[in-house]
Amino acid sequence: MKGIAVVMKLSEIAKILESDFLSGEEKKDQEFHYCRGSDLMSDVLAGFAEGSVFLTGLVTLQTVRTASVSGAGAIVFVRNKKPSPEVIALAKQEDIPLLVTPLSMFVSCGRLYQGGLTGVHGNR
Amino acid sequence: MTSIHKSYHVAKNDFIHAGEASIHVKNLLKSMNYNQDLVRRVAICGYEAEMNLVMHGGDGELSVDVNSERVILEVADRGPGILDIELAMQEGYSTAKEEYREMGFGAGMGLPNMKKNSDALKITSEPGQGTHVSMTFYNKG
Repeated sequence: MKGIAVVMKLSEIAKILESDFLSGEEKKDQEFHYCRGSDLMSDVLAGFAEGSVFLTGLVTLQTVRTASVSGAGAIVFVRNKKPSPEVIALAKQEDIPLLVTPLSMFVSCGRLYQGGLTGVHGNR
Repeated sequence: MTSIHKSYHVAKNDFIHAGEASIHVKNLLKSMNYNQDLVRRVAICGYEAEMNLVMHGGDGELSVDVNSERVILEVADRGPGILDIELAMQEGYSTAKEEYREMGFGAGMGLPNMKKNSDALKITSEPGQGTHVSMTFYNKG
């Protein structure tokens, strides 16, 4: 399956994940090729993240800062995890769209994989 | 390009503000039109160092010195120090508390990641006195 190059708009990702925008809806046309699902911020910082959509169950300020310094382009909180207003405010400041989905990490990753997104390490 | 020096205070256990200094540094370098790769490497190393300081160090400072040739990032704290630097550099080795792991950190990946993303890394530490980390990043254009 290597070599497949599916690009998904953030609006399409939101639809597939039945998710709502908490911030950054104006970036709904931004395109994504890569995706990562992780609750370990250290893994995100140690690997490729540029322009990826980042799925996590961790709703802290550090999740947003990890995305900001690593270059992740959007964050999706899984399992309906709702961040505090401070986390949403920081995401707005850092210009990173935030979405929340009722789906689990497993199902969210599965749906985006099925939709054609590639892992951050470049494989499928 | 003129040389710029900035210094930020980083407080122990302050997870509300941890990472702010590195994001300031990232924005500073971006505004100076450094290439994306260099900005990313400096931001990641700064953030890893800042988190280490907040989790393990005492209060301390993160400072950055920038000119057209290179960026030097220095992090100094007055914490307990690192007993065995060689051991601390091993991926997976960690003395982090459970509460830090629950925040997605403390996996023993910070120092190896700083080594990977910097062009030169120097750590000096004296048990009971604190730790000093210096990282250099060359501007390859």
